[in-house]
Amino acid sequence: MTTDSTFRTEMIEAREAPDQRRGVIGWFRANLFNGPINSIVSIVVIYLLARLVWPFLEWAVIDADWIGTTRDACTGDGACWVFISARFESIIYGFYPDAARWRVDIVFALLAILVAWLAVPKLPYKKWVALFALVGLPIIAYFLLVGGSFGLEYVPTRAWGGLMLTLTIAVLGIVGSLPLGIILALGRRSKMPFVKGICVIFIEFWRGVPLITVLFMASVMLPLFVPGDFDFDKLLRALIGIMFFWSAYMAEVIRSGLQAIGKGQTEAGQALGLNYWQRTGLIVLPQALKLVIPGIVNTFIALFKDTSLVLIIGLFDLLAIIRAGLTDSNWLGFSTEGYVFAAAVYWVFCFSMSRYSQYIERRLNTGHKR
Amino acid sequence: MWRNPAIRALIVQAVLFLVLAVFIGYLVHNTLLNLEARGIHTGFGFLEGRAGFSIPQTLIEYTSDSTYGRTFVIGLLNTLLVSALGIVAATIIGFLVGIARLSPNWLLARLATIYVETFRNIPLLVQILFWYYAVLRALPSPRQSLSLFDAFFFNVRGMVMPNPQPLDGFAATPWALLVAVVVTILFGLFAKRRQASTGKALPVYWIGLTIIVGLPLIVFLATGSPLEWTLPEMAGFNFRGGVNILPELLALWLALSIYTAAFIAEIVRSGILSVSHGQTEAARSLSLPEAITLRKIVIPQAMRVIIPQMTSQYLNLIKNSSLATAIGYPDLVAVFAGTTLNQTGQAIEIIAMTMAVYLVISLTVSFLMNLYNARTLLKER
Repeated sequence: MTTDSTFRTEMIEAREAPDQRRGVIGWFRANLFNGPINSIVSIVVIYLLARLVWPFLEWAVIDADWIGTTRDACTGDGACWVFISARFESIIYGFYPDAARWRVDIVFALLAILVAWLAVPKLPYKKWVALFALVGLPIIAYFLLVGGSFGLEYVPTRAWGGLMLTLTIAVLGIVGSLPLGIILALGRRSKMPFVKGICVIFIEFWRGVPLITVLFMASVMLPLFVPGDFDFDKLLRALIGIMFFWSAYMAEVIRSGLQAIGKGQTEAGQALGLNYWQRTGLIVLPQALKLVIPGIVNTFIALFKDTSLVLIIGLFDLLAIIRAGLTDSNWLGFSTEGYVFAAAVYWVFCFSMSRYSQYIERRLNTGHKR
Repeated sequence: MWRNPAIRALIVQAVLFLVLAVFIGYLVHNTLLNLEARGIHTGFGFLEGRAGFSIPQTLIEYTSDSTYGRTFVIGLLNTLLVSALGIVAATIIGFLVGIARLSPNWLLARLATIYVETFRNIPLLVQILFWYYAVLRALPSPRQSLSLFDAFFFNVRGMVMPNPQPLDGFAATPWALLVAVVVTILFGLFAKRRQASTGKALPVYWIGLTIIVGLPLIVFLATGSPLEWTLPEMAGFNFRGGVNILPELLALWLALSIYTAAFIAEIVRSGILSVSHGQTEAARSLSLPEAITLRKIVIPQAMRVIIPQMTSQYLNLIKNSSLATAIGYPDLVAVFAGTTLNQTGQAIEIIAMTMAVYLVISLTVSFLMNLYNARTLLKER
């Protein structure tokens, strides 16, 4: 009998079971408890979460009071959201007259449709929709919100407030600062020394001072600049300040996009016999703006957050309305609820904008991935 | 003529100049008329006038008999104080959170992400008001103060902490610190030269640290610990002894540091990620130890990305400290562009002076930053 070395004659010892790397426990071991230091860190973090997040949830949701219209409804240990729901109307519309609130609703709806249209990449006619949002919407919104014509009741800007005022300032700030920013960015790259100088001074001035001082300037100095009998609306003054201020930041964002477009593009345009405005409008700007969409959206986010500063010059935006509600003698002692709610509203807007900008960044990046 | 670009540029600029000149002239004309109608005299003479109001926090001597000019200085110092405190805290929190976001520990990284996404997306003003009205103003009265080690007390009037009182001979300690710093710098230079000539490195960090901490400590102990801490004590309705820190300052400091730290964390993260992996791999193939790789390869390159963005965040923090006016912390804007402006009515001069302060700070820092950028720019051949 020949021994056949090709084949084993006895069984192999059973191997040890493999490390459990799958399933819930495996995941915990791989991500949280791989090594002594990580285990300690994980335990500390879990402890912190238990100490901070759970009491917050308990306060904000489990023990909270939701239903009711007066302070008497606040019986639990937790938050009393009745404070918010009781004044929800004024948080949205400010002091806008009840009978005319449908006008605000129409503007809100129009704004939502336009923003959605611009945000979803698949929908067509982007250019025309954008143009309508920049020009048509402000005009329609002006006639609807201010009134005084077409048989609509006149509503002075004094009566505007709440979320509606916050959105008005934000949208008009964006609509105003974007074109102004483009012009400043082009001016800063101009070869004409005087034009360039003016743009540099303008941009650096606004970027060097805090928005608060700009708003102070708008509220105390602007009235001095116009003829004495001219009635300068407070909201308009604030808006002018906000537009100038943010146009400087916008200009820097757009300038970085312009710098990223190669010189060859301009030269190709020149070779085709296009003049400056044709080259800029048809070749350079479309590419540059597309590149800096994330930067522009980030500026929008900053602008949106900073609309809250108008409270300091006495306009009643979302934050100011909530703050005014806190001084109501029927509702003293609900500042935590008030500010947490304000924070949540701003957060939802800003977070969705920043997510959108990240999405666009990923979408635009695909071509350059190596 | 219109086809010649040089002449066309001249015409465009001349027209722009004329339009601007006419516009500014019109504004100045209106302003002069308005000022005359309201009986306001322009000029900086008002700075000599008696202020007549008190300020809750003054770093230098101030009474209500001081001048308006003095209120400017007080406000400026308070702005600088909260900015400096904020910059230190924001940098520390920001670095910790930024590094935590890159941690292999899933939970820690997620926690850091939540921190950044939460605080970055809430307006700073909301955060300031929250800390002030919902947290610090909700603390108990001085009698029921929350205490920490029986030395720090938190109540509705702010925080009370022990007050250090230097006795005779304390002056020697700061001098010792100065000497220690000089010695450390000299030692560093010596170590560098030695390494260049012999190739042997000295543990500069540990020796330097020992000198800087040890020398002042020895001098301090040798002169008989000439520093006395007066502990706050309850007397009547308030604390006596100790330093009282305004709740406004605490709220502003907390909000500014937490908000800015969220941005700094992102900068730190992107800075570290910007150092390409090839750099660490190259260091490993030269068999450099991990610590040296980090200190000599990764951090210097990450810093090139981090520092310029960090300075712009610091500038933002300084500018954002002007939100103090919302809670009444006596900074430059609240004191000078607020109370002083209301009392004197000199709007143009006061707003111009306030803006000039921030402009000078911003322009100086960005000038220094441009110098730094030019120095550290990637040298490509």
